[in-house]
Amino acid sequence: MTAVEDRPAQAPEREVGKARRRKEDARLITGATTWTDNMVLPGMLHLAVVRSPVAHAKITAIDVSAAQEAPGVVTVLTGRDVADEQGSLPCAWPVTPDMVNPGHPSIAVDEVNHVGEAVAVIVARSKAAAQDAVELVDVDYDVLTPVLDMEEAVAEGAALTHDHLESNRSFHFVFDGGEAGTGTDTDQAFADAEVVVSRRFVQQRLIPAFMEPRSVVVQPQGDNYTMWSATQVPHILRVMLAMVTGVPEHKLRVVAPDVGGGFGGKLQVTPEEVISLLVARRLGKPVKWTESRSESLMTAHHGRDQVQYIDIAADREGNVKGLRCRILADMGAYLRLVSPGVPVLGAFMFNGIYKFPAYRFECDGVFTNKVPTDAYRGAGRPEATFAIERIMDELAAELGMDALELRRKNWIKAEEFPFTTVAGMTYDSGDYETATQQALDLIGYDELRAEQQRRRESGNPVQLGIGFSTFTEMCGLAPSRVLGSLSYGAGGWEHASIRMLPTGKVEVVTGSTPHGQGHETAWSQLVADRLGVPFEDVEVLHGDTSVAPRGMDTYGSRSLVVGGAAVVNAAEKVVAKARRIAAHLLEASEEDLQFTDGKFSVRGTPGAELAIQEIALATFAAHNLPDGMEPSIDADATFDPENFSFPHGTHICAMEVDTDTGAVRIRKYACVDDVGTIVNPLIVEGQIHGGLAQGIAQALFEEAVYDADGNLTTGTFVDYLVPSAADLPSFDTGNTVHEAPGNPIGAKGVGEAGCIASTPAVVNAALDAVRHLGVRDIRMPLTPERVWRALHDGGDGGDRATAGTNAYGGASTESTSGVSTPASSLGGDR
Amino acid sequence: MTQINVRVDGVTYTDDVEPRTLLVHYLREQLGKVGTVVGCDTSNCGSCTVHLDGVAVKSCTVLAVQSDGGEVTTIEGLTPQGGDLHPMQRAFHEMHGLQCGFCTPGMIMASVDLLNENPDPSEHEIREGIEGNLCRCTGYQNIVRAVQQAAGEMRTQGNGSARPTHAAPAEVDTAAAPHVVGQA
Repeated sequence: MTAVEDRPAQAPEREVGKARRRKEDARLITGATTWTDNMVLPGMLHLAVVRSPVAHAKITAIDVSAAQEAPGVVTVLTGRDVADEQGSLPCAWPVTPDMVNPGHPSIAVDEVNHVGEAVAVIVARSKAAAQDAVELVDVDYDVLTPVLDMEEAVAEGAALTHDHLESNRSFHFVFDGGEAGTGTDTDQAFADAEVVVSRRFVQQRLIPAFMEPRSVVVQPQGDNYTMWSATQVPHILRVMLAMVTGVPEHKLRVVAPDVGGGFGGKLQVTPEEVISLLVARRLGKPVKWTESRSESLMTAHHGRDQVQYIDIAADREGNVKGLRCRILADMGAYLRLVSPGVPVLGAFMFNGIYKFPAYRFECDGVFTNKVPTDAYRGAGRPEATFAIERIMDELAAELGMDALELRRKNWIKAEEFPFTTVAGMTYDSGDYETATQQALDLIGYDELRAEQQRRRESGNPVQLGIGFSTFTEMCGLAPSRVLGSLSYGAGGWEHASIRMLPTGKVEVVTGSTPHGQGHETAWSQLVADRLGVPFEDVEVLHGDTSVAPRGMDTYGSRSLVVGGAAVVNAAEKVVAKARRIAAHLLEASEEDLQFTDGKFSVRGTPGAELAIQEIALATFAAHNLPDGMEPSIDADATFDPENFSFPHGTHICAMEVDTDTGAVRIRKYACVDDVGTIVNPLIVEGQIHGGLAQGIAQALFEEAVYDADGNLTTGTFVDYLVPSAADLPSFDTGNTVHEAPGNPIGAKGVGEAGCIASTPAVVNAALDAVRHLGVRDIRMPLTPERVWRALHDGGDGGDRATAGTNAYGGASTESTSGVSTPASSLGGDR
Repeated sequence: MTQINVRVDGVTYTDDVEPRTLLVHYLREQLGKVGTVVGCDTSNCGSCTVHLDGVAVKSCTVLAVQSDGGEVTTIEGLTPQGGDLHPMQRAFHEMHGLQCGFCTPGMIMASVDLLNENPDPSEHEIREGIEGNLCRCTGYQNIVRAVQQAAGEMRTQGNGSARPTHAAPAEVDTAAAPHVVGQA
C-alpha cells in the first residue's frame, strides 16, 4: 500500500520541541475558514435581540405589534412568550452551600437588571429586517435605582439589585489557613508582626473582546437540533443546553467550527444560544444570530472587577509573616456559568511564590446592575498575582529594601519543590532564582538601574522605573476531585481517541476545543513521536460533539496539560494493541519486541520487523489476528490530572513616566517563563506574546466603564482601548524548563502566563519611576490623567482616591498601618 | 435597488444592491466571499480590509454602490485558485503571525498595502502602518516579523503587489524559534 511504502526511510526527527509551522494556518491565511457567521442554510431566519436601555427597571408593558407588522418579520417573542420553556441560564459553580442565585432568564420577563439585557427577540427573513424591527418594539419601563458600586452595594441600607433578595451578597467564601491546617493563626501573626502594610487595590472591569463576534446558527431536523456556535465549550454547552431547554442531549449536536478567539469570553452558555435554540424549536426553521461589536462589548460577559483589601505582615528584616485578603468581587446582575468560581479559584494563589506562615482569604460575591462577570484569561489568578506582587513592592518600600531582595528572601527555593503552600497547593517544580537571573540578563538590568539613577539626579521630567513580577499560577484545570471539593459542577478530565486508518494515516479526536491555540499542530507532534508516524499523516479532529463525543473543552491552560496528556495515553494504548498483533504476526513474544520510530522489531532477529502502518492494514484485512483480538488498533483514553501544574517566571518591565504629562511608555519588557516541556516553541512564544499584550492592556489601556445610570460608556472599540501594534513594544522572551511531574508530557500550560504576570510588572515599574516623588499607587489603567493626578493630587489618581471606604469594618486601607510601624515616610515628601 | 458592476478577484459581477448595503456585506452575502469578515461596527478593527482599486479600504466603510465600476481584491483573490501563496500570506505562516486567524485576512490585506506604499518600512513604521487593524491573539510581534520578512522578499523580487513566484515553504526556521536563554 502506498501509505506504507511512502514512509520515510530515515528515522524521523523527534517532533516535540520542533518549531513546526501550524497546520491550521493554510485555511486561515487564504480566507477558507468556517466561522459560524459564514453559515447559510436554506430558509434560514435571522434573529435580532431587543435589549434594555436601562440598568434596572420593572417591565410594565411590551408592545410588539408594530414590529410584528414590519416587512420581513416572521415573529416577535418576549420573555413571557417563552417563560415556560426557557429555564434559567446555568451557574455550574455554587461556591458555598448558601450561595444566593437569583436565576437568569435568557429573555427578561418582569424586570431588567443590566443595560443590554434581552427583553424580546425579532425573527425575520433577513438580518437587516430583524434589526430594523428592533426599533419598533415599545417597552414600558418603571425605572428603579441601579446598584453600580460594589462597595456601596454591601453597605447597610443599600439599594438592591434584585428586590426579592435580602442583600446584594451572593456568597461569602472564606479560606483560613489556620482552620485548614495549612498555616498558623492569621490574626495572631498580624498581632505579633513588626510591620504591617495595607492596601486597597482595584481590579478594573475588563472585556475579553475576542475578535470574532459571537454567532449562533441552529438547524432543526425533526426533533434533532444542530447548533453551530462561536464557543470555547461545545461539550459543556451541549450538556447545559439540554438541562436548560429540555432538548434531550442525544438529540442535540453542538459544533464549534473555526472560532475567532475566546480568552474565557466564550466559556459560557449565553442567553442568545438558548434563545436561538428556543426559536428554532418553536418555528422548526434554521435560525442565525450574530452580534455586533457594540452588542458584544455590552452583553458578552466581562472579567476581573474586584476591590481587594490586602494586608501583609512581616518582621523588620523582611521575612513575611502573614497575609490577609478581603475581596469584593462584582458578579454583575446574574451568575453565569462559572462567575462565582473565578475569585474563589484565585483564593489559592494570593500567596504567590512566597512562604507565608499564615494566610486568610475572604471574598464576597456582589450583585450589581451590570452585565455579569465570568472567566477572562487567567480567571482569578491575574487578580491574585497583581495583589501579591504589588503588596510585595509596597512592603519593600516600607522596609527600605530592594524589591527583588525582599522576594528572594521569601520565595520557595529550588531544592524545596514540591512545596505545599499556606493555601494548600502543592507547587510541582521550578527554580525562581534561575528564571529571575536570566530575566535580569535579558533586560540588561544593571544598565537600566544606572540610567534610572542618572535621570533622577538630573531631574529629568521623564523618569525611568523597573518593575518585577515573580509569579506562579495554577494551570491544567483541573483535578476532578479538587473541583469536587470546590463544588464545581463538572470534572476536569479530558478525553481523546486515536484511530489508525487502514492506509496508515491517523485520526486524533480531542475533547479539547481550540480557538487559536494550534491544537492540530501540537497534537500532531505528540502523536507523530508516540506512534512513529510522519507529522503530516496525523489529522486532528475536534469541536463537534458528533465527531468528538466527549470533552471538557478549552480554558484554564488545560489543553496540552490535560487534553494532550489524554492523547498521549491513547497513543500508548494504540502501541500496546499494535504490539500484540505484531508479536502474533512476527511469531515472537511481546517481551522480545522493541518499538522504535514506528517499527516493531524482534530483538536479535535482523529483518524481523513490522511498521505500525502495516499493522493497521493487517487489522483492516483481519485475515490473521490473535484469537479474540478486535480488528482495530484504535484506542480511547482519558486523563484526569492528580494535581494542577504551576508555570512560573520572572517578568521585568522598564517604564518611562513623563512627570509633566503623565504619559507612560514601556521602554523594555523581558520575561523568562517556565512552562515545563515545550512541545512547539513557536506556539509557546506566540501564546506568551498574546498574553503579555492583554496583561499590559489591563495595566495601561482597558477598562469597562459604566456611567451613573448604568450605561456602558466604553461600548465600542472607539472607547474600549484594545491596543494596536503601535501601542505595544516588542518583547524579549526566554524560558527555563522544569518538567511538570503531573502529566506524561511534562507541560505546565502557557495560555495565561503572559496575561497573569505582566500587569503587576508594568504597574510596579511605573511606581518605581515615581515613588521617590511620593506616589504609592496609581489606579489601572494608567492613563496619562491618572498618572498626572497621582503625581500632583496624591492618592491613586482614580475616582476614589481619597474615599478609603472599607467594606469590612471601616478601617482605612489607604494608608500604611501597623502595630509598631512608624507612619509612612513616603507620602508627601515631594 | 441599484445596479452595480464590480470586478472582484478577477471576476466581473453585475448585481442589484440596496443603496445602504456595505461593501463587506455585498462581498460576504451576495458573492460568498466569506474570507472577509466583520469584527466591529465602528471601522476600528480592520478585519474587513480589502483592496479597492489597489488600495486598502475597510469594506465596512464603503457602500457597495461606491465600488461600482471598481476592482476589488479580497484575501481569496490574493492567491489565485491553485496558485502560490502571496509572500505576505507565507510570511504570516512562517512567522506565526496569527493564532485564531479572524483578523488575519484584513491584517494581510493592510500589510500588503503598507508595502505598496513603503517597500522598506522600519519596525516603527510597520507598527504605525497597521494600527488600524486590531489583533487580540498575537501581541503583534510576530505580525511585525511577518511584514518584515515579506518586505525583504518582495523587495528582492522587485515587485509590489504583483504575484511573485517563490519556493516551497521552509520546513523549520530555527531563527524564528523563541530565544531560549537556558534550561535548568
